Order: sequence, then C-alpha cells, then structure tokens
Amino acid sequence: MTDVLMVEDLAVRFRGESGVVDAVEGVSFRLREGETLAIVGESSSGKSVTALALMRLLGGPPNCVVRGRATFMRQDGEALALLSLPETRMASVRGRDVGMIFQEPMTSLNPVHRIGAQIVEGLLAHERLSPRAAEKRAVALLDHVGIPEPALRARAFPHQLSGGMRQRAMIAMALACRPRVLIADEPTTALDVTIQAQILELIRALQHETGMSVIFITHNLGVVAEVADRVLVMYAGQVVEDAPVDVLLHLPQMPYSAGLIGSVPRLDDVRRRGGRLAAIPGNVPDPNTRPAGCTFHPRCAHARPDPCETARPALEYVSDGHTVRCARWREITV
Amino acid sequence: MNSPLLQVTDLAKHYPVAGGRTLRAVNGVSFTLRAGEVLGVVGESGSGKTTLGRVVLRLTPPSAGEIVFRGQDVTHLSRRALRKVRRHMQLVFQDPYASLNPRMSVEQILAIPLQVHEPSLGRADRRSRIEEMLRTVGLFAEAADRYPHEFSGGQRQRIGIARALICRPELLVADEPVSALDVSVQAQVVNLLLDLRERLGLSILFIAHDIAVVGMISDRIAVMYLGRVVEIADTLSLFNRPRHPYTEALFSAVPDLGGRRDRILLQGDVPSPVSPPSGCPFRTRCRYAEPDCAVEVPSLVERSPGHLAACHRPELVLASPLSDVAPLPRLR
Repeated sequence: MTDVLMVEDLAVRFRGESGVVDAVEGVSFRLREGETLAIVGESSSGKSVTALALMRLLGGPPNCVVRGRATFMRQDGEALALLSLPETRMASVRGRDVGMIFQEPMTSLNPVHRIGAQIVEGLLAHERLSPRAAEKRAVALLDHVGIPEPALRARAFPHQLSGGMRQRAMIAMALACRPRVLIADEPTTALDVTIQAQILELIRALQHETGMSVIFITHNLGVVAEVADRVLVMYAGQVVEDAPVDVLLHLPQMPYSAGLIGSVPRLDDVRRRGGRLAAIPGNVPDPNTRPAGCTFHPRCAHARPDPCETARPALEYVSDGHTVRCARWREITV
Repeated sequence: MNSPLLQVTDLAKHYPVAGGRTLRAVNGVSFTLRAGEVLGVVGESGSGKTTLGRVVLRLTPPSAGEIVFRGQDVTHLSRRALRKVRRHMQLVFQDPYASLNPRMSVEQILAIPLQVHEPSLGRADRRSRIEEMLRTVGLFAEAADRYPHEFSGGQRQRIGIARALICRPELLVADEPVSALDVSVQAQVVNLLLDLRERLGLSILFIAHDIAVVGMISDRIAVMYLGRVVEIADTLSLFNRPRHPYTEALFSAVPDLGGRRDRILLQGDVPSPVSPPSGCPFRTRCRYAEPDCAVEVPSLVERSPGHLAACHRPELVLASPLSDVAPLPRLR
C-alpha cells in the first residue's frame, strides 16, 4: 500500500514564562492509504500536539518551534512538505486534503452561524461551486452522516443539536471536500457510550466507502480496538510502542501499553466485583520536570535503577512493524 | 440485611417549559439504598439520572414523591432543617476543573464543610482533619497548601472526593465522577471509591453513562430512560440476564478490547422528555418493539427475586454480555 503521510522526527518545543517545554520529542510514523492509525496516550502525552503541529495550527516561533519533516502525498502524486509549505498553500491543504474533527464539537463549531452555512463556507473555499450547488451538497452531506431531516438541520444553529448530532455535523464538514486523511482528535470522548458506538460506526463506514486514511487520537484502548489497524502509544512526548492493533492488544511489550490495556473497564470485570481495576499508579510527569532515564520508570512495576533510571531508552525493533521503547523488554513479561 | 439508609418513593421532578408544556425529568422513580450499599444509576444524557441525584440530595425540590433518609422524611424539610441532614449526604461532581474554586487553596476548600457542620472545631484540629482526609484519598498532607491548578484531573477529583467525605457523610452521590478523566486515571478513582466504601462503610449512589464502569463498582444497578427506571437488579443478575432491551443495548455499546463485533446500535438520540413517545418510552429505539408497545406505559414488574423490569415483552431472551465476551483477538 502507498504511504499517504510520512512523519520523521517531529519535535515541538514551547517557550513560555515558566521555561521551555518539549511537548513532542522526535515522533516518526507512516500512514498508509486506507489505514486507521490510532495515537494513544494520557493527557499531556503529546498526542494532540502532534496532530496540531502537522496541520500547522500551533502558531510560530519564538513561542513554538516545530522541527522535523512531514510529507503528504496528494491524490495527484504531488509530495507536499507540510512543515515548510507557504501558509497560503497550507490553507488549501487543511479542509481539502486533510480534514479534522475535535473532541467537543460545540467549541469547534461557530455558535452564531447555521450548520449548513458552515459547511458551505468550506466547500466554497476549496471547490469551484455555485453557492446554490454548495448548499445542496451541504444538505446531502448532512444526510450522508445520518442526520435526520437534513434540510431542516442545515438551518439549525449548533446549540440546537444534541452532542451526537453536532459531532455528525463536524464529520460532514471535515469530509465535505473528500480529504485523503481525516484527523480525529478524541471525537467521542465527550459523548455517551451509545452515541460513541454510532460515531465509530459512521467513521468506519465512511472510511470503507471513500478509502481515506484516519489518524484517530484517543486515550481509550477500548475505542482503539474498535477502529484501529495500527497503534502508536505515546508517553511524555515520545512514541513508546508502535504495533499492529492485534499485536499491541495481545502482546504488548511496553509496561505502559499493558497498563493502558489493563485500565479499560470490561464487562466481564463484574465477575470479580469488589476486585480492583489494574490502574497505572501516579500521573504523567510534568513536561518541564520529566525524570531522567526512561520517563515512565517512576510509574513502572518493572523499573530497575540500572538501566531504567540512567539512560533514555531507544526505540527497539521487536518484529516487523513492531517497535518498543523499553530497555528491559526482552527480560520482562508484561 | 441492613435497614434502608435511603428510601425513595414515586419521586418526580417536573419543569415547566415554553408553551405551557412540562418536562418530566424524573417521572415516578422508587428505590431503596441500604447502608453500605452502592447503587449504580446508568443511562444516557437526558435520562434524568443527574436530576435524580440532585433531587435526592434536596438540591432542588421534588415535584412529587417522598424521600426518607436515615428514617426521617426529608421531602419537605426547610432549608434550616436540611442543613443538619446535609452533613450526612454529600455530592461529588463530574468536572474536577469546574467544581473547585481556583482562587482557594485546598485547605480553604476542605475547611468550608467543616466550618459549616463542625463550627466548634479549632484551627489546629481542622488542619489535622484536612491532612488526614487528604491522605485517605491518596494525596499528601502538603497538598493542603496548594491550589487546584497545581493538580492533574485525577488528583483534583480526589480533592473533590475529600471535600465530600470530610464531614464523614453516610451517603455519597457521585455524579459521573470519572467520565471526564483519562481511562488510566478513571481506574484509579474507581479503585479509590471501592477502598473508601470498604473502609468507611459508605453508601454510594453512583451515576454514570458507562455500564462497564457502573458494573465494576455497584452492588445493584438502576437503568434509567426518559426519567423512569426501566430495569433494576443486583449487578450480577442484570449482567447475567438483562430483562430490558435498553439494558441490552447499553451493554452492546461498550467498546471492547476484543475488537469489532456485531453490536446492537441504538438509532438516534434519546427523545425529548418534553414530548416522550406514547406507551413504552423506549419503543422508538427498540428493535423488539411491536405496535402494542405504543399503547400503555409498561410498569416495573418483578421478574425474578429483586429483579424488576418495565417491558411489554417479558418473553424476550436478551443477550448477556457475560455469555458473549469476545476473547482477545487472535494473532493473524
């Protein structure tokens, strides 16, 4: 399969009053055509910043410095260097080649514009369409994402829709110009589990239909199991494990990945009620006081003073398509 | 078994809305909560579960029904009289960012309930109670001198729990206490509540939309839909043999580590509680609905000991998540 997006050594450094924060430290991955890549991690692992940096939505120096390379392959075969593209060209990539949806649709939709008008705006910006044709397309798109009475809902304001309907409208907007890549940043985290199931099903169906690639950012490995082909586990700004989804869920090598799997509540946990969930103790370290050595060692049951507290481990090869950042992965069973 | 700590009978909360209509947020709910018991309340947004918690605590007056707490009818107590009762019933909120005053130190936040309910407590005693409580919820005593923004979401939720527990209440109403948290942190907070319940003999009304989380912590579960309890049972009984199609659908919606499987996808959203469907409120989204379901509202009927369901089709055999748990995926 062809690669749609190649990211090499992406790094993001913020400079603020409290000093320098390395939010992302050297992230590399490839996204293949039609593939769903999940980026998983807790809050402040750097997963959202990675996506925002690729879309160039972070602002510029001196407060934010982005390094590394990101190459996007357009449908026509043209290779775009996303991180160095002039802003005017980047504006045509966003929304047309790459669509984005976010966690809370209420804050990403404009509250004073009607849903339909917001979709039309994107269509007119990227495609040669008459306003009337764009309006028809907008209604068709709302219909396509499963919004009942789409013509009526196109005239509604965001606050008049439920959370699930708003997220559907966001998806309609993101997919209006048939992007090659959809970046979905925690798209279901604010929703009821029942509505989450609907939205995951919708994204899967649309992907099947259009062949687009999806970068799915989430903290929930249960959701990952439902949607992903491949998983990138991030911790404290770095990739700590990269594997096909079945391998990751079945044979994780990094203790952190195993901890994330263990903390997903499962329906059969009820059998050992009164027992405890396998929580990961402690918190993600503050980005400006990351521990020396492996950044996960203070929370890791397998940590040893040597080597875990002395040197930052490198990403090591486990098998084809599977890498892990743990100095002890050969010795331990997680 | 213990006598009930809380007994709620035919509780209702109605709100007038534009056009002279009525929004029935809670519509005839009855249950008992025994001392030391955890009762889970599960349902989607709009099911009335949050309103139920608020009415039980008398944060908003009920429109009808009765609330008996520690043997005392608190349904119509005055504000003054309620103050004495409140000490024994406390609330933990969903959003640990919005529910702590950012300009107050943790000590100040935890001092308020003590000042209200135990005004005779001296300054030094208050400080030691606060430090003890912080340790109980897994924080350091020094956290007292810090401010909410210095803590992560999970730590803030621990502070919210400490505030609720500092006056040693018997009843804790926890309204979606983990749904704003990362899954890893969610597990920590669920474990903490389980510990506290064992150590302090706490009774908890645990309100959430994720039935897997609710099942982990609850002894019994009430499933709510459009202001009504549609099924209530012991947790294991509910999981082994769900008796309401809505419960079956809630099980099916839980994302599973076993990966994609056939699920019962609920169509659309919860209907507006201002104009609920006639007959069974769930029938518009129910895959088993028949024309007759539109005629009457089904009543809660005991189907096996302690297991009640409100469904017109008792003959249905619904899928249990326990007989159907997908194994972890095989390697390709």
